[in-house]
Amino acid sequence: MALLQTEGLTAHYGDFQALFGVDIELAEHETVAIIGANGAGKTTLMRSISGVLGNAPSAVRFDGVEIGTLPAEDIVSQGVAMVPEGRKLFPSLSVEENLLIGTYGRKTRGHWNLETIYELFPILSERRHNPGMALSGGQQQMVAIGRALMSNPRVLLCDEISLGLAPVVIKDIYDAVPKIKQAGASLIVVEQDIAQALAVADRVYCMMEGRITLTGTPDSLSRDAIYDAYFGASQ
Amino acid sequence: MSYIVTTQTRASSVSAIAGILLILMLIALPFFAGRGTIQDMFFILTMLTLAQFWNLLAGYGGLVSIGQQAFVGAGAYALFALVILGGFDPVLAVALAGFAALAIAVPTAFFAFRLNGAYFAIGTWVIAEVVRLIASQWKSLGGGTGTSLPRDATRDMWFVEMIEETLGVRSAAARDILAYWIALVLALVTIGGIYWLLRTRRGLALAAVRDNIEAAKSVGVDAGRMKWMVFLTSAFGTGVAGALIYLQKARISPDAAFSVTDWTAYVIFIVVIGGIGTMEGPIIGVLVFFALQSLLADFGSWYLMTLGVLAISIMLVAPRGLWGLVSERTSLQLFPIQRRLRGGRLTTSEDQ
Amino acid sequence: MIWVDTIIQGILLGGLYALFAAGLSLVFGIMRLVNLAHGDLIVMGAYLILLLVTLLGLPPFLAAVVAMPLMFCIGWCLQKFLLNRTLGDDILPPLLVTFGLSVALQNALLEGFSADSQRLPTDVLTTASIQAGPISLGVMPLLTFASAVLVIVGLNQLFYRTELGRAFRATSDDATTASLMGIKTANIFATATGIALVIVTVAALYLGLRANFDPNIGPARLIYAFEAVIIGGLGSLWGTLAGGIIIGVAQTLGAAINPEWQILSGHIAFLLVLLVRPRGLFPRAHD
Repeated sequence: MALLQTEGLTAHYGDFQALFGVDIELAEHETVAIIGANGAGKTTLMRSISGVLGNAPSAVRFDGVEIGTLPAEDIVSQGVAMVPEGRKLFPSLSVEENLLIGTYGRKTRGHWNLETIYELFPILSERRHNPGMALSGGQQQMVAIGRALMSNPRVLLCDEISLGLAPVVIKDIYDAVPKIKQAGASLIVVEQDIAQALAVADRVYCMMEGRITLTGTPDSLSRDAIYDAYFGASQ
Repeated sequence: MSYIVTTQTRASSVSAIAGILLILMLIALPFFAGRGTIQDMFFILTMLTLAQFWNLLAGYGGLVSIGQQAFVGAGAYALFALVILGGFDPVLAVALAGFAALAIAVPTAFFAFRLNGAYFAIGTWVIAEVVRLIASQWKSLGGGTGTSLPRDATRDMWFVEMIEETLGVRSAAARDILAYWIALVLALVTIGGIYWLLRTRRGLALAAVRDNIEAAKSVGVDAGRMKWMVFLTSAFGTGVAGALIYLQKARISPDAAFSVTDWTAYVIFIVVIGGIGTMEGPIIGVLVFFALQSLLADFGSWYLMTLGVLAISIMLVAPRGLWGLVSERTSLQLFPIQRRLRGGRLTTSEDQ
Repeated sequence: MIWVDTIIQGILLGGLYALFAAGLSLVFGIMRLVNLAHGDLIVMGAYLILLLVTLLGLPPFLAAVVAMPLMFCIGWCLQKFLLNRTLGDDILPPLLVTFGLSVALQNALLEGFSADSQRLPTDVLTTASIQAGPISLGVMPLLTFASAVLVIVGLNQLFYRTELGRAFRATSDDATTASLMGIKTANIFATATGIALVIVTVAALYLGLRANFDPNIGPARLIYAFEAVIIGGLGSLWGTLAGGIIIGVAQTLGAAINPEWQILSGHIAFLLVLLVRPRGLFPRAHD
């Protein structure tokens, strides 16, 4: 049975429909990448799963439980945490406070705590008392990932964690993914960079115009098939 | 390709005819109605005028002012100053009083436009307080206790004698009728003027500024100028209405003329209950308000408490007010301002 | 010497205004909500204390302590069940709902307690004064000022030293992201308003001990509080104290020249600051 599953997921912004019946699955200990061009609906999908956008109850299932209508704060306590697009650090909080917010109001058991986050990203330990926004883009992304990990989620949703970062920095960030998997989390990674996505994922979903257009393991998908699913076959 | 852009709806054409009949009836009212009715109608019409101007500010301009009493008071004090100190005829003074409100409005806007949203609201209130405190220092108009209009000034007012003779009424009743007719003209000019404004390009610009100020700026709307225009227009009209109200009361005091309850709270309730951001809303609202007042006025503070709770409930349950409920179900519009295409046919560039 | 005395009295009066303003500042800082009923809530607090004093025979200070948890609950419920429903991009609903609340509350108090002015009972201590050289300082104004400083120190500790404070700041920065971190923002807002009403209770205690009050004086307190917040700069608690002091000093100086000018001078000081520093004396860096 899938750990996390969407079924016929739709989403609207006012009159504009952004998702048209999206079905995806994530198995325990799996890493799934979702790729697609700008506006394909990847971020909307993440916002729907994480509870920022409301859904039908059965549209999202986690560990057999329908979580489609739960608000964001309850979905985190269920064990699905999100690293939002654009990092979204809290400007009035220091690095360490940003991390601590990840466990607000509850005790979580598991591998991740301040100490292990600082082991994962040693640079953060040096800058723990700086304001979150004073860090470089890559370091901010590390804080955002660490903040989500602090709740010891079973599923980590990563929305465009390489966006706007230099290749060296992207490598540093993605180096953390195997360690996060090793500690027991399953991941959904939203990526625009196809090569990066194929390198990290066990399975890939390709999205276009609010629909899943292609799915498979990285080695089963040809470059052309992905290209068609990404940009549409006619072009 | 023949098509026209129109704002007319069938309901609006029917209502235009009904409106003309209603206006004729209102003009003729003093010929068959008693003095009590005339006074009630005066109250309704002046409150309607105040409500339309506040609605223009808040509902269309997005400027939520809690300081409209500054302009009511300024207009009223200008009337008393012009009549008592300047020897002007009261009727003329009412018209001029708008400029006094305008003179207060310019510095008010200068300060209050530095504040946004909720802070703009309280900022206008602070300035109204300042104007009230200054007015209560005006010793020749009675300082803190206020003063009355001299009898001979109101007795010899323009048109009063004519009305006395034509309608065969006593001087006091004639003054009420005169005030009523002026209030009727003011309300009609206000409604007509605001309706005209909303149908012009400026009205479109105003709606654009309210809905999305950044987007409006990006297509070349001067948002700052729109805010000034709306604010000054409302102040002028509110000042004239204030002068007229105090012409009829004939007695002024700073606490009454600058009362936040009478001239802003009531007005806000009228607009919110009727439906903010519509021309019809204030009309419905003032009728409901008058009905409630007639029913509950004897209960004093219970009445105000009811109004407050009613306004809260409406804001939460039906934020577009009573008229919003009506027009949602019937899509009825008496004052249509939306532009519609009629005739012609829809084409895309590929067809041409 | 008389001027030094006047200015010192003004500074101490500023403590009272800072107490009026601290709750308003707190609520605005966290949820960008301006509660137009804030002044009336202060007056309601004063009546609640008065009720506890007369019914239970408690001394005013003890009555205020008893009133605090009650006021917290009122604030919590008010936010959770009424004001949270008005939050959003549109500024009209919160303004009009809190304005309606102000009018309703004022008239409910009138109905319940009549328009007669009331005062909390004072004892020897509260009417005493300390002689400092040629200047005589009232114990009550000194207590008020000390309480204002304590409240602000306490709020700062809460904001920067506790888990709740961290959640306050995070929610204030970005409520959506805060909810993604598991913070129940609706409850955070409710707690903030609850705390604001605890501060309102402190303000109400001194309001009632220092002078007469009646149901109609709420709006004027709201205006003083508002002026202090704007002068200080939105979201800065120490700025709010500075703002209160500026209003207080302006008022006592004005009153020293002509008693009728007391309130007016406070307003004019506010307008002058607005003219020179539209964002206040200590504006927040990011907003």
